[in-house]
Amino acid sequence: METIPLEYFLGLSAILFIIGTIGVLTRRNAIIIFMSIELMLNAVNVTLVAFSRYMNDPAGQIFVFFVMTVAAAEAAVGLAIVLSLFRNKQTVYVDEVNIMKW
Amino acid sequence: MNLTFIFFVILGILAIASAVVTISSRHPVTSAISLVFHFFMLAGLYLVLQAQLIAVIQVLVYAGAIMVLVVFVIMLLNLGDEEKLKEKFNVRKGAGFLLGSVLLMLIIIVFMAQRFGVKKAPGTVNQGTIEFIGRELFSNYLFPFEAISLLLLAAIIGAVILAKRKID
Repeated sequence: METIPLEYFLGLSAILFIIGTIGVLTRRNAIIIFMSIELMLNAVNVTLVAFSRYMNDPAGQIFVFFVMTVAAAEAAVGLAIVLSLFRNKQTVYVDEVNIMKW
Repeated sequence: MNLTFIFFVILGILAIASAVVTISSRHPVTSAISLVFHFFMLAGLYLVLQAQLIAVIQVLVYAGAIMVLVVFVIMLLNLGDEEKLKEKFNVRKGAGFLLGSVLLMLIIIVFMAQRFGVKKAPGTVNQGTIEFIGRELFSNYLFPFEAISLLLLAAIIGAVILAKRKID
């Protein structure tokens, strides 16, 4: 445990967060954008658990618990939005949905 | 170079690789499967950090519940391969990588600017167990725990309303 520095976990989490960011910015399939958001949430969870472990504070793990709950709620609502989008426009590609574009 | 460190390196590399596959594969099902693999790797990393309950919840909630929902929606919509990206999206792709590398630069600057001088504090060792987390959750964090149930209720109602064909 003591052999792995905290910075290694933070670095791993930063790399995963950036991969998620690039996914959100470059893909056009709404479901893959959604999965990239999950990647970013999980990257932050790694940071929280690592700090919780190294500072011996359980608040980090409790917070991860709540983040997961919010992610589950977000999954339900987000996929319902994708479903109703597909029902109305017959597409899940975000660049073909421009009804709200000004 | 002990066993924990070797585990960390293997799990970290596999997690990064599966994350890259997730955002770069053309077919959504491939993305979903590699994302499930990614969640299992993260559960392993939580075990390295001795957060057993979080590791179990990671597998149950993310790999078990959320990804099943995602795969179900992919099958429901019968999505195929994403067609070849048109020329105008190269601008968008370039902008995405640019913003991503700016974010990377920011994080590197923060890393350079300060070392996290966190030493392992003395105290309980078994703070990742379900007993410890449960006791914290129902004593110090009782109000957020109750509030999150309202959020879940709102999410259920919202999902039903949105996915319904027509509100009579």
